[in-house]
Amino acid sequence: MYELIEKSEIFNVHKMVIKAPEIASSIKPGQFVIIMGNEYSERIPITASDWNTDTGAITLYVLELGISTLELARMKVGDSLYVVTGPLGTPSEIKKYGTVALGSGCYGIGGIYPIAKACKEAGNKVISIIEARYSSMFYHEKELHAVSDQVLYATSDGSKGKKGKVEDVIGEMLEKGVKIDHAFFMGCTQMLERCSEATRPYAIPTKVALNSIMLDGTGMCGACRVSVGGETKFACVDGPEFDGHKVDWKELNRRRSAYTEQESVVYQSYSHECMAEKKLRQEL
Amino acid sequence: MELTAKERMAIERHGMAEQLPDLRNRNFEEVPYGYTPEEAVAEAQRCLSCKKMQCISGCPVEVPIPEFIALVAEKKFAEAARLIKTKNVLPAVCGRVCPQETQCEEVCVRGKKDVTKAVAIGNLERFVADYERENNLMEVPEIKDKNGFKVAVIGSGPSGLTVAGDLIKLGYEVTIYEAFHRGGGVLVYGIPEFRMPKKIVEKEIGALEDLGVKIYYNSVIGRLHKVDDLFNILGFNAVYIGVGAGLPIFLDIPGKNLNGVFSANEYLTRSNLMKSYLFPKYRTPMIIGKKVAVLGGGNVAMDSARTAIRLGAEKVTIVYRRAREQMPARAAEVHHAEEEKIEFRLLSSPVEIYGNGEGWATGMKCQRYELGEPDESGRQRPVPIKDSFFEFDCDQVLMSIGGQANPLITSTTPDMKINKWGYIEVDDWGRTNKEFVYAGGDIVTGAATVISAMGAGRRAAKAIHEDLMKETDETLRPPGGETEEGDEEK
Repeated sequence: MYELIEKSEIFNVHKMVIKAPEIASSIKPGQFVIIMGNEYSERIPITASDWNTDTGAITLYVLELGISTLELARMKVGDSLYVVTGPLGTPSEIKKYGTVALGSGCYGIGGIYPIAKACKEAGNKVISIIEARYSSMFYHEKELHAVSDQVLYATSDGSKGKKGKVEDVIGEMLEKGVKIDHAFFMGCTQMLERCSEATRPYAIPTKVALNSIMLDGTGMCGACRVSVGGETKFACVDGPEFDGHKVDWKELNRRRSAYTEQESVVYQSYSHECMAEKKLRQEL
Repeated sequence: MELTAKERMAIERHGMAEQLPDLRNRNFEEVPYGYTPEEAVAEAQRCLSCKKMQCISGCPVEVPIPEFIALVAEKKFAEAARLIKTKNVLPAVCGRVCPQETQCEEVCVRGKKDVTKAVAIGNLERFVADYERENNLMEVPEIKDKNGFKVAVIGSGPSGLTVAGDLIKLGYEVTIYEAFHRGGGVLVYGIPEFRMPKKIVEKEIGALEDLGVKIYYNSVIGRLHKVDDLFNILGFNAVYIGVGAGLPIFLDIPGKNLNGVFSANEYLTRSNLMKSYLFPKYRTPMIIGKKVAVLGGGNVAMDSARTAIRLGAEKVTIVYRRAREQMPARAAEVHHAEEEKIEFRLLSSPVEIYGNGEGWATGMKCQRYELGEPDESGRQRPVPIKDSFFEFDCDQVLMSIGGQANPLITSTTPDMKINKWGYIEVDDWGRTNKEFVYAGGDIVTGAATVISAMGAGRRAAKAIHEDLMKETDETLRPPGGETEEGDEEK
């Protein structure tokens, strides 16, 4: 079950191609899966980047951040994941908008690809904007180029494209009068917020894929609740995409950081385990 | 030696030995230890074997109570367990979590004046099921030849397991789809280890698998497959929906989204399903509150409070809007909670949760209530007392005030009738308006008990059997009606 059939690493983002044929034949752009590397893991929600109904494989880009994703990162081709559940969440609303801008960074570059692809297939002009710290951190570029009319880059060090971030690129476009009819953003919360602020003055309909803490992913627990336009929504079933101009970012950031202390505890226990393992090997 | 009725009447009810409160409130081991065989026999001798057998009518699945108790008195424990299993596939579960005091034991002649003096039917049920399991005496029941029909069961909670157990014995091919990675539904994510040890649930599910029930885990129906796909693509002949209640309700007061405010569902799922009480070995973290407030008066509230104290809370307070007698929780659970030094603030309801500058809960403001006129349910309605407020400190708030229907299946099955609250409408036998689709348990009734869900599963299994057999007779018979399977069945 859920065999890992391909794996590679781009800095701390890990490409994992996993056998999950039922999910591959039912998932839609914007939906996610929940995975567990082993029976002790947390349940980790990951947006699906690609899927193939012929091979039954799904492609995920997993950001290594915390113990459960670190353990996922250590898995090898041929290993099996303990849990792959999905598809979860409401699919992106895809239609002919006109010109669609899709901004992403980090794991979002992989995650936003199927939305870009579907937008292209729906007859939109697709402008993809991706950000990273250095040019060598980009990935999935060939695929993104294939479904985009234009791919624009932003890097913190200026090594590729504009020196800056996605919102700088999009801000400049809007200032120049480029007409954008719809925007999608995927990446860290800070990026989603800044990009939403960039499109707000131009009243561009903006969808952001939120990454609040989740547990079951079926609406049962409410861990992922977010305030959107003053209403409480569950990101796992009502989202993950919401109107970026209505999200309560402060609350989202605060709720996302709720377990920082516990995460550090588990890291310490992990390094302790590794030390124990090392000691054992030395003794042998 | 046969006892006289007088001798039976003279025997006092046997309680179960329990872990002491000061010990158990720091571990997750089961609270009662269970009967010894001697205690079980002595308790069984209290049964008067009345002719009327009201206890059976008090049981939603009509366990033959006096008969099994007579077997216990004869020390035929495994036989007693097998007899129960003809009516109830999960006796080890029901012996623990059924509210016997409002069902079989309530109508027991010996408990007429005081229900706590009734024959301890639940304790005996638990004893024989444990005895059979722990001594490896579980037998594979007789299974009819396969009849060629395939049934999909959505959800592996109490009602789904009952449907699966009944139908596999009747010769159906049964496949359960479970959303989580462990089976048992509320028995694994909701009810804590100290009340429902998970190894028992695993064993019960293993027994069903031994009978040939297939279980697909990590399968969220409504997303992965629609109900119609189960018929059209996957070839099932009938579908049973037993997905449980679903969405938690958050009291709509200022501060409800502060850090430290949880639904009881989340809190219990973290601790039970994800085993964060064993953190960091299990990686799912849990915030350990120092001063914990639990809102609600049901069994889930008691479970949350008792989990919090075990996880290391200094003080746990249950805040409930009505009076003690009106708490929906079982008296035994309230009693256990009190023994474990959980405090109760009755006739009180929060109006605001306070937070600190960083957005963490720090306290609560509550309004006092008094009892007024009875409402539709016959309970006296709690009425807020004007200008009567109090405050107390808490860094964690667990909301256990009920739920709403989960729309994952109903929204993707638009031609299936639901009521105004989103629960599925069914007839007395669990039939929905959609042909060969059945439903039962909390997704029909809203939050209820394990045993009522099992009763619904039992009735639905009967309906599925009846409807599919009718189908064999009428439509699946080959044209001309001369021969073959349809006739042979008769």
